[in-house]
Amino acid sequence: MSDQKKQEKKNEDNQPEQESRRRFLKNSGLVAGGIVGGGLLGSFIGNPFTKDITTSNKDERPKKEFTETRMFFTRFEDFFVLEAAVERIYPEDGNGPGAIGLGVPYFIDKQLAGPYGSNKFDYMKGPVQEVKVASSYQTLMSRGEVFIEGIRKLNAESLRSQDAKFYDLEGEQQDEILKAMEAGEIGLRGVKGPTFFNLLRQMTIEGAYADPLYGGNKNMMGWKMKEHPGIRPGYSDLIEEEKFQIIERMSLKDYQG
Amino acid sequence: MAIKLDKVDVVVVGTGWAGGIPSAELAKKGYKVVALERGRDHDHSDFVGSKDELRYASRYEIMTDNSISTVTARGTLDEEAFPLRTQSENFEGNNVGGSSVHWSGVTQRGRKFDLQARSITIDKYGEDKIPADMNLQDMGITYEELEPYFDQFEKTAGTSGEDDPMGPPRSDSYPTGPMRPSYPVKLFKEAASKLGYHPIMIPSANLSEQYENPDGETINACQYCSFCMMYGCDFGAKSDPVATVIRTAKKTGNYEIRTESYARRVIHKDGKASGVLYVDMRTGMEYEQPADVVVLAGYTISNTHLMLLSEIGKPYDPKTGEGVIGKNSAGLASPGGSATGFFEDKKFNLFMGSGSLGGTFSDLDSDNIDNSDLGFIGGGICEIRQRGSGPIGSNPVPQGTPRWGKEFKEKSLHYANRMLSVGFMSPSFGWKFNYMDLDPNYTDMFNDPLLRITHSVTEQDKKFSEYFSARAEEIMKEMGADIIEKGNPPQEWRHTQGYGETSGGVIMGDDPKTSAVNNYSQVWDMDNLFVIGASALPHKIPQQTGTLGALAYRAAEGIDKYLSDGSGLLVEKKSNAIKA
Ligand SMILES: Cc1cc2nc3c(=O)[nH]c(=O)nc-3n(C[C@H](O)[C@H](O)[C@H](O)COP(=O)(O)OP(=O)(O)OC[C@H]3O[C@@H](n4cnc5c(N)ncnc54)[C@H](O)[C@@H]3O)c2cc1C
Ligand code: SF4
Repeated sequence: MSDQKKQEKKNEDNQPEQESRRRFLKNSGLVAGGIVGGGLLGSFIGNPFTKDITTSNKDERPKKEFTETRMFFTRFEDFFVLEAAVERIYPEDGNGPGAIGLGVPYFIDKQLAGPYGSNKFDYMKGPVQEVKVASSYQTLMSRGEVFIEGIRKLNAESLRSQDAKFYDLEGEQQDEILKAMEAGEIGLRGVKGPTFFNLLRQMTIEGAYADPLYGGNKNMMGWKMKEHPGIRPGYSDLIEEEKFQIIERMSLKDYQG
Repeated sequence: MAIKLDKVDVVVVGTGWAGGIPSAELAKKGYKVVALERGRDHDHSDFVGSKDELRYASRYEIMTDNSISTVTARGTLDEEAFPLRTQSENFEGNNVGGSSVHWSGVTQRGRKFDLQARSITIDKYGEDKIPADMNLQDMGITYEELEPYFDQFEKTAGTSGEDDPMGPPRSDSYPTGPMRPSYPVKLFKEAASKLGYHPIMIPSANLSEQYENPDGETINACQYCSFCMMYGCDFGAKSDPVATVIRTAKKTGNYEIRTESYARRVIHKDGKASGVLYVDMRTGMEYEQPADVVVLAGYTISNTHLMLLSEIGKPYDPKTGEGVIGKNSAGLASPGGSATGFFEDKKFNLFMGSGSLGGTFSDLDSDNIDNSDLGFIGGGICEIRQRGSGPIGSNPVPQGTPRWGKEFKEKSLHYANRMLSVGFMSPSFGWKFNYMDLDPNYTDMFNDPLLRITHSVTEQDKKFSEYFSARAEEIMKEMGADIIEKGNPPQEWRHTQGYGETSGGVIMGDDPKTSAVNNYSQVWDMDNLFVIGASALPHKIPQQTGTLGALAYRAAEGIDKYLSDGSGLLVEKKSNAIKA
């Protein structure tokens, strides 16, 4: 091994997040051999990819929108756990894409980066009490903080009980952990497990069906599966029809023009 | 120290129907009116292209900011109340027009019973029919006396409807014809007719045709666009204060709305109100707006909160039953009664619709039902609605389906356009132990105590719901559903503001010992203060807004009378000596 190779190997072994690295490389279209440093910037040094840009106008990266980039989650690993969890909540099936295919993880990431994630319009004064009503949001943590806590506890529970990361488990095993979270059997600090789970479930559904402008419901596929036309000006001409109407889908982009 | 502004004739807190109606009526008569509105400015141009379910329905775009204030909630007197923190647990309309903008638009009239619940119940069934802890009260006005004001409200709003053979008598037909029925509504009407009921289209503020109201304001024809409840109307076709009374008031040149102005106190001395203390939310500066007459029209929670904070009237005490402010909080967990049906061989266009598109009948309402052999008082107004389902909010699955995962996805897609439900809108009564007061632990942004709501569900509610769920089930069966699920009786208040139809707190009556305002919405203890809205209802009236619109027209008339001839109290006090 050349010195450089050795150094690269060392760097790779040192990566706390092997999976992160692997996925990062895959997603960005970089070749593994190009790694020289620990940080993202380092990855680009001496990379064949750089050459591609200068020599060709073709973008050979897998098709990804600029918005499919993390805005809120800092750790790769947290995001992988999120992806795995939402896909179990809304899986890909014969009807069409699941949460990942619909862009739900990025939808959630963006929502948590905005006012909803920081509970801008909510009452956040203490103290927090034990309450009987399970659906009530009783914590001073923001939704963003609740997600980080909840996601990490999903992974910690996975490591504890299965000796593997959450996203490396089989689907059924992931379901067991999600059910334990939903039932309040996994202890979280500062917030109840069901509060996190309900939020996760709700935001998964939102990401599947909200207008694509928010980063989910990719290509209006959520609406297609639901046979919902999305945003139409109105249905005055059709309201009395007894036959079910399949209507071309439109999004706010089309509607606002 | 608050900065004192120039005096005006009338200062009104709120710009919904309850505040907008007297503002328009008084400004038209030449009075100088200033409205204080905690939210932002709003007009029709804000709603053009607003068809965004996430933003408006899931993220409560035009609703109250709970970081400023919210309510606390508990079931019983011995519990500690906790704050409702998120907008999904507690929301009301904010901004010009208030909840009267995002409402669905079902425009019912209160029934004879609703206005004289106590005396009618005693007349029909004797006093023993009234449960010991129920604060059943008359409002000090009859349906016949209020009828002209109902008519006036409907003409301003352009209400679309058809005559109801079982409804209360009317002096005139609806100003516009009924909406057009969708397939589910037709199915409902057929089924209800077969069962002997008299179904009609729901009286609606989503107008069936373009209409010009007596003030010269034009409301357009509804497009059945489905982005209705929780939204402002894209087409100016939903009758709301922004399209009508606010516009009318502005045209007079006598009306000014101050937005982002949060009212915190009614200022008063020696039994007279002198103005309103408010905060400019852009600067945090405090102002005092002096006026000859003060109107509170900020909806139930705000009206009650301001009365308690301003220390006007005697706070209600649930232990003794004495006092009036905060009494009879209701509408938080209306018992209702419903049935849901899933259809295998029919698929409906549920993504179309409008807030108040639907069918209804009054055969079992509080005026028509015979409660003799029933373990409850009052009746329900039947409704099927086709509001237009949003894909985020509508994920119908039969009971027993998991809440997430493969099966949930499969079934929620399958039933997305195959689920209908029929329900009964019920009154929700005042009980000795259900009330509002100031919370001892939690405070708002200004460090004022939050309003605390104590509310629990009663046996009467459960029996009501059981009875009406059974009736709804019969209708659903007749409609041909394959799977029918009867609604469960309410077991406990879920501690949310529910569908935003709270009532009570500053209730109307003819005896100052048991009520806070008279039938002109004038405060017994302070004759130049008028508190208008659903806060006046001693029990929640199903689909209350038509009634509060009528009460607001009557209040406007009273204020004019008060200002023009200095009449003092407009109604003579009575002492009914009913047990409180
Ligand atoms: C989702 C939903 C659907 C509904 N659908 C129907 C229906 O179909 N039929 C029906 O009959 N009813 C319906 N309602 C109820 C209806 O919206 C209300 O009864 C009605 O709007 C109340 O009118 P209001 O003028 O009293 O209050 P609002 O319209 O809410 O107006 C009050 C105004 O006062 C302002 N305000 C409050 N406090 C302060 C303060 N301290 N300082 C300054 N400003 C303040 C508010 O911001 C608001 O603008 C619905 C309610 C909701 C939430
Ligand atoms: S359904 Fe009708 S009234 Fe409601 S928002 Fe659409 S056009 Fe307006």
